[in-house]
Order: sequence, then structure tokens, then C-alpha cells
Amino acid sequence: MSLPKKMNLEEKLSTQLAGVPRSGIRDFFELVIGRSDVISLGVGEPDKPTPWPIREAAIRSLEKGQTSYTSNLGLESLRIGISGYVEKHFFTTYDPKTEILVTVGVSEGLDLAFRAVLNPGDEVIFHQPCYVSYGPSITLAYGVPVPVNTRLEDNFALRASDVEKAITPKSKVLVLNFPTNPTGAIEPTEELEKIAALCVKHDLLCFTDEIYSELLYDGRQHKCIVEYPGMRERTVLLHGFSKAFAMTGWRLGYACAPPLLIAAMMKIHQYSMLCAPIMSQMAAIEALHLGEEAYEPMRQSYEERRNFVVKRLNEMGLQCFNPGGAFYVFPDVSATRMTGREFALKLLEEHCVAVVPGDAFGPSGNTCVRCCYATAPELLVKAMDAMEIFVKKYSA
Amino acid sequence: MERILELLRENARLSAGDIAMRIGSSEEDVAKRIAEMEKEGVILGYHAVTDREKIGTSGVTAFIEVRITPESGGGFDRFARRVSQYEQVRGCYLMSGSYDLAVVVEGKDLYDVARFVAEKLSTLDVVLSTATHFQLRTYKHDGFIINSAPSEGMLPVSP
Repeated sequence: MSLPKKMNLEEKLSTQLAGVPRSGIRDFFELVIGRSDVISLGVGEPDKPTPWPIREAAIRSLEKGQTSYTSNLGLESLRIGISGYVEKHFFTTYDPKTEILVTVGVSEGLDLAFRAVLNPGDEVIFHQPCYVSYGPSITLAYGVPVPVNTRLEDNFALRASDVEKAITPKSKVLVLNFPTNPTGAIEPTEELEKIAALCVKHDLLCFTDEIYSELLYDGRQHKCIVEYPGMRERTVLLHGFSKAFAMTGWRLGYACAPPLLIAAMMKIHQYSMLCAPIMSQMAAIEALHLGEEAYEPMRQSYEERRNFVVKRLNEMGLQCFNPGGAFYVFPDVSATRMTGREFALKLLEEHCVAVVPGDAFGPSGNTCVRCCYATAPELLVKAMDAMEIFVKKYSA
Repeated sequence: MERILELLRENARLSAGDIAMRIGSSEEDVAKRIAEMEKEGVILGYHAVTDREKIGTSGVTAFIEVRITPESGGGFDRFARRVSQYEQVRGCYLMSGSYDLAVVVEGKDLYDVARFVAEKLSTLDVVLSTATHFQLRTYKHDGFIINSAPSEGMLPVSP
């Protein structure tokens, strides 16, 4: 009797998936994970745990035995809370019954939005360097990613003229994320207004990832594209609790959009995720209840750390603009005659300091590295001291 | 509270330069302000916050409730200042409520503290009564949670 033919698993994988590159962060992660002595500026999350009252709310809900499914849309009380919060911060009103969907992080919300609207071949414009998942999520939804490079000379803000050049008859969606991961860039309102006008003129949808919108510095007020004329009807506003409330591990976000879009996203969500975890939703209710009180001390502390890091980086000879938001700086390391990737690898090897190569966020970031300053201040001091020695050595 | 103080209360080892960069001031100005606050007694001193269980010394700490008769002219002050002079006394506070002073005493062992209470505190005329509470275990000290599990699971690199 002959043995059955061995299955070729590679052949069985989705061809669509084959078009998705491995995350550039993943490669670097493998190098760092084995070492115990690393000072890491490589994370994309706050250094502190979730504020205690929020954690306690989740514990209380568990004690009460609240462990069931919730409505697919999310707990109504949470959606009401979100509606109030969004109205206060984005000056836009959404009906908690039909226009808000609670998701498993912004990542799920964005994935749902892409899958809800994209047909094969539809183009999605987004600015790069950007969060690692945008391109792959678009591809996985059978869309065509159309990255538009932002430039160091513009402090990585997006030029409306660059967006306009990328628009074709196949363009369907524009994705925005300001403040931006990995650059910390913010978008000047003059440009944002022009971009809004482009969306209206070319009948584009706009998915705006607002996850860093609370983390703004130098007294800035956030302005969201949804506030411009004609934008509410075409915008999916994506937000969540991860960054401002230091709740990355809770995986909780939300989408606000017109009822038709929410219903379409909900259709996918109910068959895949079903609902976001109830304990995370209970915690989020408390987070909204606390509001600014919960994140303002962290925001203030990030601002001080940013001031420190930007000053040190520029003093040591790395060109680094002063980012207006998020908790990243994105210095150009060209002075060391290295690419961002070479710099990150050598810095890790010689000084045990981890920063993320800029090319992990798109090729246009290849001369830069991302440093997260939501790291304990004493570690930031050590990291900057080490980087200074390193930069001096290689730029001599 | 002044931001320089807040930062120093969090970490007294921050240099004037570190603080200056964070609050957007000059190193000289911050150093000057710290010196001023030291001189004015706003900043009394700097010390390491330690976990005594880890150090492994067998010392004990007691909180002693003391009821006293206020003295004419001095109220509670004269007594409180006098008690504060003892090296064993780590803290001395005037309290509202059912007793007057809370005195924190450190000693080598239980008997050491008991001797202090019996021989030094109770013998003073104005003392009406004392109640001594020994500290059994520390969970939080000077704002630091003791033995809190190190945060596990945070990735060294994440998107």
C-alpha cells in the first residue's frame, strides 16, 4: 500500500495573502526579544499601566459576573458615552443607536471599513510613513494601496497637492492619521481643509484614524476632517482607548459613521468578532467617565519627555523636528551615513538601545528611526546618553 | 504644586539639566530655583525609598497615638517639637479626631519601641495616654507599591 501524498500547505495558502509583506517591525522584534538588557524606545504604547479606576471598573464588572456577549454594536451605555465624548472632542454628533460601532481596537474598525466598501481594484490613498497595517489591510480587502509620501521638510504633514496627484477614477478612500504614528506629525488646518475639499470634489470616502487625537502638545487644539463641510456623510471616524487612556491590551475601539456604513461594517463584525469583550467595554465606560482627568497627567508628562528628547537629538546632531502630537519622534539619522535600519541594528548591538527602523513604516522613512518617548524618563536619559556617544562615533 | 517639585518628588535624582529640558527652562534657572527651595526649607532633603523586607533588617516601626493636655501658651507645639527631637521618631503629626499626636517610631525590635514609649513618652507630664500599633507589613511606601509584580508581557518592540 502506498503512503498518501503529502499535502503541500504552501499551495493551499491564499494568493492574496502572498501579496502582503512581512512586517518590518517583526524582523527587528526577533532581534530584540532575546536580550534582557535592552532599553527600548521601540514600543508603540504608554509605559504606564491603565489608570487604576479604569482597571477597577473591569474588576468590579467581573465580580458582578458580567461575562456575557453584548449587543453586536457594543453596550448601549458605552455607545451613549462615546457619542457624548465624540461630540465634545470632534464637534460632530452621532446617534448611539445607528451610527456607532464598538470594535476590537481601531485595527478591527479599519479592517471592517475597508471590507465594507472595497471592491477588487478600488484604490485607497494613505500617507506614508504610517502605521504598519494600513497597506496590508487594504490588500487583504482586495483593494489597491496607494501610498503618498510625506516629507521631512514638511515635518511629515500631508500636502493636499500630493493627494490630488494620487487621485484616479479608481480612487475610493482616503485614509488619514493625524497625529501620526510613527512621525508624530500633525496636519496644518489649511492643508486639512484643502484635503477635505478634494474628498468632496472627487467623491472620496475618508477613514480617519484619530487614535492619537488627545495627545497634542504646545496647547494645540485638535481639528478633525469630519468637521469640514460635506465631510460627515463620507467619513468613518475611527477612535479608541489604547493610547490616551493607556489601554492597548484591552483592544477596544469604535467607529462613527453614517448609518449605512455602520450597518455594512456591522454585518462583517457580527459574523467575525461578534462583539468586543464585555470587560473591556465596562472599563471603557469608566474611561469615558473620567475623560481628561485620566489622560491629562500622562499627556503633560509625554510633552515634557518630548521636549527633552527633541532637544537631545538635535544637540547630538540628528535632525529631528518637534512633533506636535502622539508619543514618537522620527529623527533623520543621515548624519551618521547610515540608513535607519543600519542605525537601529548597530545601536542595538553596541548600546542595547532599541529604536525602530523608519522603513518599517514605509520606504520614505528609510533615513529615519522611530523613538517612542512614552518611556520612563530615567531610561530616556540613559538612551539619549548612549545615542549621543553612538552618533558622535559615526558622524565624525 | 510647582512642576520642578513634582518632578523631584517623583525622582529626586533628576539633574537640573534634565528638568530644564523637560519643562523648557535653562539649567541655570532650574538649579537656582532648587537651591532657593532648599534654602527656604521647601525641600528638606533627599533620600532613597527602600523596601525594608528586602534589606532584611529586623527593625520595627510603630504608629503611636498620643493624647496630651495642651499646654498654656504652647498648645501642642512644645510637646510635639520635643518628641520630634528623638532620633527614633521618624514622624510626628498633629491629628484631628480621638487622639492628638501620631508619632512614628522606629526601633530595633518590639522591646526597643516599648521601652521608648514607657520611658520617654509616657513619663512626660502632659501625656494622658498612648496606644501603640506595630506595623506588620508594608504594601505601599512613599508612593511606591511594594512587591508589585513586574509588568509582564509588554513587548520590547511593537507597532
